[in-house]
Amino acid sequence: MIRHLLSAADLDAETATLILDTAAEMAALAGREVKKLPTLRGRTVVNLFYEDSTRTRISFEAAAKRLSADVINFSAKGSSVSKGESLKDTALTLQAMGADAVVIRHPASGAPHRLSSWVDGSVVNAGDGTHEHPTQALLDAYTMRARLGRLDGLNVAIVGDVLHSRVARSNVLLLSTLGANVTLVGPPTLIPVDIAAALSKTTRVSYDLDSVLPDADVVMMLRVQTERMQDSYFPSAREYARRYGLDVPRMRKLPEHAIVMHPGPMNRGMEIAPEVADSPRSTIVEQVANGVSARMAVLYLLLGGKA
Amino acid sequence: MTSYLIRGARILGGEPADLLIRDGRIAEPGGAADETIDGTGLVALPGLVDLHTHLREPGREDAETVETGSRAAALGGYTAVCAMANTSPVADTAGVVEQVWRLGREAGLVDVQPIGAVTVGLAGERLAELGAMATSAATVRIFSDDGQCVADPRLMRRALEYVKAFDGVIAQHAEEPRLTEGAQMHEGEVSTRLGLTGWPAVAEEAIIARDVLLAEHVGSRLHVCHVSTAGSVEVLRHAKARGVRVTAEVTPHHLLLTDELAASYDPVYKVNPPLRTAADVQALREALVEGVIDIVATDHAPHAVEDKECEWAYARPGMLGLETALPIVLSVLGERWELIADRMSRTPARIAGLDGHGGSLAVGDPANVTLVDPAARRQVDAAELASRSRNTPYAGMTLPGRIVATFLRGEATVLDGKAVK
Ligand SMILES: [Zn+2]
Repeated sequence: MIRHLLSAADLDAETATLILDTAAEMAALAGREVKKLPTLRGRTVVNLFYEDSTRTRISFEAAAKRLSADVINFSAKGSSVSKGESLKDTALTLQAMGADAVVIRHPASGAPHRLSSWVDGSVVNAGDGTHEHPTQALLDAYTMRARLGRLDGLNVAIVGDVLHSRVARSNVLLLSTLGANVTLVGPPTLIPVDIAAALSKTTRVSYDLDSVLPDADVVMMLRVQTERMQDSYFPSAREYARRYGLDVPRMRKLPEHAIVMHPGPMNRGMEIAPEVADSPRSTIVEQVANGVSARMAVLYLLLGGKA
Repeated sequence: MTSYLIRGARILGGEPADLLIRDGRIAEPGGAADETIDGTGLVALPGLVDLHTHLREPGREDAETVETGSRAAALGGYTAVCAMANTSPVADTAGVVEQVWRLGREAGLVDVQPIGAVTVGLAGERLAELGAMATSAATVRIFSDDGQCVADPRLMRRALEYVKAFDGVIAQHAEEPRLTEGAQMHEGEVSTRLGLTGWPAVAEEAIIARDVLLAEHVGSRLHVCHVSTAGSVEVLRHAKARGVRVTAEVTPHHLLLTDELAASYDPVYKVNPPLRTAADVQALREALVEGVIDIVATDHAPHAVEDKECEWAYARPGMLGLETALPIVLSVLGERWELIADRMSRTPARIAGLDGHGGSLAVGDPANVTLVDPAARRQVDAAELASRSRNTPYAGMTLPGRIVATFLRGEATVLDGKAVK
């Protein structure tokens, strides 16, 4: 097993499948009365969050606690982190505390890589800047497999602000490893021209959402921040929604079985219409539940558990 | 003054001959000297001249001082360095440039020639008192806002015109700031993969294209700092063919390293302009040989540990360069000594107007001399560097060439590979 999870590229098909299979076992546990496993008793998992992300932090916290680990939350607000202590000094503190795993969320791309060179424990990237969010990709892959029964050969459209999206990068890498066909869709300003060369040669790019939908098994809508308008990535929220938003008429172009995903939080009415978000095709609520199972599997395997 | 007889060194790579240094000058060989140096296997070059050095004093003496930077320069084979103006306070007045010049004289290891800021406080809004700096004791001839681009085209035009009165030159850090907001590394496949905001090649090329046209329009001299892209080479080639009075430099790191190194997220590889692709490196090497790029300049940029041992985006850009420049150029160009002397000594001395530097080691010339052992190979150890900072991207690399001795106007500043003071 790998020691850190910094990028979805760290996972080969075998390891990724092992994590998804383990997540399925963890999910079965959630149905039981006693939801805890004793596996990580006496181990310490630190959640080191330099960005506000209650949903991701709670998901990791729940995952670690269900495995009986001791959890320490180290958030940027009200701690030495916000007083300007360097990441390296914080790392040395965590090292002294005997952290077995550090889950880090950070606004700077690559911060988890830096951290991994300063601590002995496992480092899990919980989202770094505009780089990656590998556990999100794992929970997304898990959700697709649970709904559609497979990943190999699936047509997955990832729509929106690919340029700034760590979710998109991790998904492209993981899904390509697992045999899915990924098409990135959005305005040319938000899709780096060399994205296929950078991530996976099989990745396709389209600027036309309507042409992609009839063949899609999965449509993943990315959150689009309205600040991007000020930077002229697109002219207005209205035009963005018209060209790249998933509304009811567009949803009807999808095959019967296709699912609609969103990593949250959503801008309802911008990239996704409320009726679509709340439709039976939507997996948005399941994704949250699956997030805990996927993160349990990651912590379990990184910290030496056997599947 | 101690006289030195260097026996059997290859002057500019030629046949072994004796070189006598007496009373600060190269003297007719013959007769005894106070000290004799066995020059067997060594190559004698005119002392190297760096057109682009950050000495950090005044303001960031924790990263470098004029003295520690001068020592690093001497150990790298340099006899003159041009000190960039982005200090704190900025070198935008006669007072500050004279202070730096005086500190250089006191250190006495290399000639420290201050560069003056083009605009007040490097703010890019109005011209600094360029004439006052030119007529100061520091006799400034090169003006640069390096670190910042003089982005306003009208201000750039005025600066180019104004310095004609005292044969000055504007050294431009070519970076269109609107195209590099938040930029962290070269824009391309690697930046896309790493999720680091891209610094597109066009941001450099567009400014160079504009500036060569402005220089042509007003008939002024332009120098382009740290050229880093293949596209910039094409713009320069075109401008030179038209007869524009433009010169350009390339750094050792842009001749050797590529953007792939950013994959470690180790900010020791963060520099501005950023490391580019292998194709750019190849184009820069060819341009340097051809003369489209005139010189090698280090952009020696010391930074304190805390400014590099951090997240990539929070780190300051820049790398050490003085002590490793010649070995890197040697590894890139091979033992083409005439070419190396031209690109690292003669032409930079001419651009900077540094009389007495960049000579040909002829009898009567001021004895600014560097002795190199090309056969030696050394592993770079950051802890051994004379610079006060440690931000070398070459740590652990084994490079050819060792600077054995450096002489500044006949005084040894380095002997046996060690600084004399
Ligand atoms: Zn510069």
